[in-house]
Formats: sequence, structure tokens, C-alpha cells
Amino acid sequence: MLNRFMQSRLRGLVILALILIILPAFLGNPFHYELVIQMAIIAATVVGLNLLVGFAGQISLGHAGFFGLGAYFTGIATGTYGWSSLPALVVGAVVVGTIAWLVGRPILRLKGHYLSMATLAVGFIIAIILNNERAITGGPDGMPVPALDLFGWELSTFGRYSLFGIEISGVQAWYILASVVLLAAVWFALNLIESPIGRALRSVHGSEVAASVVGVDTAKYKSLVFVISAIYASVMGGLYAHFQGFITPAVASFEFSILFITMVVLGGMGSTFGVILGAVVLKLLPQVLADFQELETVMFGLILMLTMIFMPKGLLPTLTAAVSKRMRKKAGGEA
Amino acid sequence: MLKTMMRRAGQCAVVAAACLMMSAQAAEPIKIGSFLSVTGPASFLGDPELKTLEMYVEKINEEGGVLGRQLELIHYDDVGNASSARNFASRLIRSDRVDIIVGGSTTGATMAAVPLIEQAQVPFISLAGAVVITTPVKKWVFKTPQSDRMAAERILADMKDRGITKIGLISGTGGFGSSGRTQTLEVAEQMGMDVVADVTYSGSDTDMTAQLTNIRNTKGVEAVLNFGFGQGPAIVTRNYVQLGMELPFYQSHGVASDSFLELAGSSAEGLRLPASPLLVPDSLPQEDPQKEVVQNYKAEYEARWDSKVSTFGAYAYDGLMLAVRAIEKAGSTDPEAVRGALENIQGYVGVTGEFNMSPDDHNGLDADSFRILEVQNGEWKLID
Repeated sequence: MLNRFMQSRLRGLVILALILIILPAFLGNPFHYELVIQMAIIAATVVGLNLLVGFAGQISLGHAGFFGLGAYFTGIATGTYGWSSLPALVVGAVVVGTIAWLVGRPILRLKGHYLSMATLAVGFIIAIILNNERAITGGPDGMPVPALDLFGWELSTFGRYSLFGIEISGVQAWYILASVVLLAAVWFALNLIESPIGRALRSVHGSEVAASVVGVDTAKYKSLVFVISAIYASVMGGLYAHFQGFITPAVASFEFSILFITMVVLGGMGSTFGVILGAVVLKLLPQVLADFQELETVMFGLILMLTMIFMPKGLLPTLTAAVSKRMRKKAGGEA
Repeated sequence: MLKTMMRRAGQCAVVAAACLMMSAQAAEPIKIGSFLSVTGPASFLGDPELKTLEMYVEKINEEGGVLGRQLELIHYDDVGNASSARNFASRLIRSDRVDIIVGGSTTGATMAAVPLIEQAQVPFISLAGAVVITTPVKKWVFKTPQSDRMAAERILADMKDRGITKIGLISGTGGFGSSGRTQTLEVAEQMGMDVVADVTYSGSDTDMTAQLTNIRNTKGVEAVLNFGFGQGPAIVTRNYVQLGMELPFYQSHGVASDSFLELAGSSAEGLRLPASPLLVPDSLPQEDPQKEVVQNYKAEYEARWDSKVSTFGAYAYDGLMLAVRAIEKAGSTDPEAVRGALENIQGYVGVTGEFNMSPDDHNGLDADSFRILEVQNGEWKLID
């Protein structure tokens, strides 16, 4: 029974949930909470991006564009027009999804480098618009975003709330929210991967020609997953904007897109839990390395380089392979 | 994964032990937090700022500290990235628990940290320029540089003195340039002047002859003003001479540094700009109250770091001195008391100007703290 459960695809999700439940015991101060909350939001975005990159094998170098668009949509709708957060997030996701579909249909006909360049261009165009529409977006200096409100509750990181009679601080409330969102994002991704859509996507990854020969509508599935990953980015961008309280066009920048892709590659393409690890490592490094000051960038580069040389498949897949190899060896020795 | 966790646990233990030891000491140091763009595209701001903070914190500590307590500088490099500026501000407030923050090299970095700082209620002295930082007044936010609005006022006033009323404006599309452009347009309208040509260039442009030709072909332009930062203005200056334009030419305070003179070379001859007296310490009249402060800062900085002093470092000098003054006046590091003291600082003569803070003015400078300089024979010459 337990064995069968451990084999199921929910195993990873349960482990992740356990980690998220135990983690607060190790978080010393509100700043640590803040870091983990950001990690969770970014990780959920990367889980969405991984559907496109890891499973369908399409590279997007402009994903921060969708993230930024979601962030600005939420920021403008709640800040300038006084919407409440939930409709802002939902409408933002619909708008960004539509935009992704419109641009995705034609560009997903492109392959390889051309596709990367087209997504790169989309990201750049979004960043330029956010930079230049000063009257709406506040231009390069950015704009403030009000605190998240859910069903009449205003969720500020400095507030105090009571949950089933226990008093918790604002960052703890945000932590719970971010954890739930991350788990939901992972759950949805895992289900999608195991569904017929997921199988179709993997066949596209393997060989697009072969996939179309056996009757998979490759264009349809590619644009579908492109839209899904853009919606992931949009919703997380909106949450990120609420959490940060201030956004600048840097959230839609090329550097940020590259960071997303790096998280996917570092953590392990096609491994949902691997990319979460990638996000955690890449968010944690700048904080851990902050004490090295001038050497920070050098160390950062060195770590990335070494990982890619010695773990080309990414952190988690390489580690799991090493562990199972050792276990098999041990089992073999005993027999 | 396990290894990372173990290492983190180890780090936490070390930090916890350090905290315990520190609280055991009788007089805890006063913690001054700072996030600056020490590396990255805005490093020309952050680097002199950090050097200034480091050397004066050392100096103050050697002289016995503040209120009998030593100062401790905790600083992070935000690489000019607004969201990491916000994260480091959060780390300063929540993890390091600093008493006051002096930092924020760029307007973007400052504004990203402001909502957090306002909620956390920690006094914050920004080192960035744009007028939005202190207008409208934010309870916990102060700043030391003059705003771009004052620069625009000073430049246009100087033009008016020369009988110029029709201006051609060329500005960068970055944060500094576009905010400067907005302010110039507003001030021009107030002063009854006309901006007859209004063109922009982006930060990565390498040639601005097209935009300048556009201005040259506009009828009635009597002077040209360039609002921008970094490389752009130097290119504009060179193109201006290449096109043989002879109208009076103004730059903003964004390029008021000796390195600009090196970049622009002989084409900078004759242009005017508003700047800190720091560029011309020796030509200041003897009775100028700032003369001594400016000369001292320049001498001390150049002796300590063996590099040229910059106006941006001076913002950090004034920020630190204002913070120290406020803490001394408040007699404690209680945030509310320090904030109140900061708000009431009158007549502090700094390198940037004379600060007169009030509840309605968290900058405390006026446009006259800018001096109008002209480039003559490859050097700055004080005009007004």
C-alpha cells in the first residue's frame, strides 16, 4: 500500500508539502520568510516554463515579458483603478494568455534558433512598452503596487492576522499563501504531464515529424502549452507585484528571462521538482554570496559553470541518478 | 540539497552565536545600513558613495563614535537592480535590524525600497536624484541630492538671464533623462519659456546627429539643453561640435564630473551646466560657508582613496553626516526620535549645499545650491 503510494506521481508533491510544513522551524526572521516566499513564487513560474522547455522542447527567451505583463496588469488594475486583487489576477491571466496565443500561433511554426529569437523579440517589445508608457506604468522608475486583498482581507507583510485562533505575522500569512500556490502549480503541472496532452507534448519533444505522422496536431499542442506557461507567468507576476509592493520594468527584462531559463537548465530540464530546486539555488546564491562583495559575480559564474560541466543534466536528475546507482550497487553487493 | 541545508544550518548557528555575543556587550554599535549600486551600470554612483561611507564611518569611530557608541556600517551591492535593492533593504530592516538606512544610488533602487521602508518605519536617507522621492513628502524618506527639478530651474534661470526664451531639448529615455525632460517641460511653462524642439535618444545610441539636426532645423531655437546620464551626453556634445552648431549649449548635473570632460574632450568647450561646488572648490569665494567643507572632503577623499573625488560620493557624505547629526540630536536611536530630528535639521552646511529640512521638505536644499559652471580651456569655471 505504502509502496504503491510512493510509486505514484503524487509522491513528489507530498514530499514538497512536508518540506513546506517543516521549513518554518528553520526560518529565523521575517527576512528569511520573505526569501522563501519569493522562491516559491519564482519556482511556480519556472514550473510553468518547464512545461514548455522541458516537456515540449521549445525554448522561450522572453518569458519575463509575460511575467512582467502580469505584474503590471495587476499593479495598474489594483493601484490605478482600484480593482480587488482576485479579478485583477484572473483578468490579467486571460489577457496575457490571449496575447501569448496571438503571438504564439505564428512563432511556434518556427523551429530552433528562430523560435528563441522570436520569443526574445516578444520579451523585448513588452519591456520597451513598459519602459516608455510613462503615464500608465511610471516608466523606468517603476510604480507602487497596493497590498494583496483576498475576500476583503488585506494581506500586508507588516500586518498581523489570526488563523484558526493562532496569531500569525504578515510574512507567515504570505508564506502559507505562497506554499499553497506553489503546491497547486506543481499539482496542475504533474497532472498535465500525465494526461494525453502531456504525452503529445513529449512526442513533439522527441521528434516533431514523427509526432505529426502519428496524428498529433503539433501546432495546436505547442501553442496550448505556450499559453499555459504564459498564464503561469502572468499569475505569478501578479502575486510577485503584490508581494514586492513596487515593480519596475526590470521584471520584464531580458536578464530576468535568462534567469528563468537558467533555473530550468540548472535544476534539470523536464523535472518538475528539479526546476524548483534550480529556482531555490539561484535565488539563494546572491544572498549567500553577498558577503563576498566584489567576488560575488565571479563565484556565481563559477558555481554555474561547474554545475553545467559536472552535472549537465541538471541538479536533481544527476543527484537522483547518483543515489539510485549507489543503492543498486548496495543491493547487488548483498545478493 | 542536504549539503546546502547543512551549510545553511552551520551559517545560522554562527550568526546566532554572533548575535548573542553582540548583545552581551554593554554598548551596542549603532547600525547604519546601506544598499548601493557598487557594481553594474550605475557603479559610477555607488562606488564613490561606498568609499565615502566606509572612510567616514572609520573616521567617526576613531574620534569616539556617536553618543559614545561605535558606528557599524552594513552594506549590500544591489548591482543597480531595483528588485534586489528592495530585497537588500528588507534584509537590512528585518535581518540586520539597522537603526537608519543611508543608500539607494539610483531613483529606481530608492523607489523600490520606499514602500517597504515606509511600512517598517525606519529613517531612510536616499542618495538618488529624482523629485518623486520626496514629493509628495513621505514620512520616513529623506534625500541629499538636489532634485532634477531644481537643476531644470537653475538652467532655465541662467538661460533667462542671457535673454534666451526658446529652447531645443534633447534627452535620454532612461529614468534620469525622462524624469529630467518632464521637469524641464513643467518649469519652462511656469517661467514662460518655450520648448520648441523636444527629441530623445535611447541609452544604447552611438550617434545623435539625426536628433541634433532636427533641433538645428527647428526655427527659433536659441539654446540647446541635454538631459541625460552616462555615455549619451558625451556623444551629444561631440556631435554638437561636428555639426558646427554654435547656439549656447547646456548639460544637466548628471554629467557634472571630471570624467565627462575626458570623454567629451575639446568639444565640451563653452558648455554650461549646474553642478555641486565640489568641482570648483578653490574658485569659491572666501566668504562662502561651503568652501571649507568642500575643500576638506575633497582633500580627505583623495588622500584616502588615491582617486578623483566625485559629486556622487558627496551625497553619501551629506547623508551620513545628516544621520549622525539626527542621532546626536535625538539622543538615541529610537526611529521616531531620529526621524523627528532629521526633519528639523536647520542650517547644516554640507558638500552639496546648505540643508534646511522641514516637515514639508525632506530634501532641504534650494536651487541656488547648484553653481552654474562653464567649460573653459578644458576646465570647470565658476560662472554663478
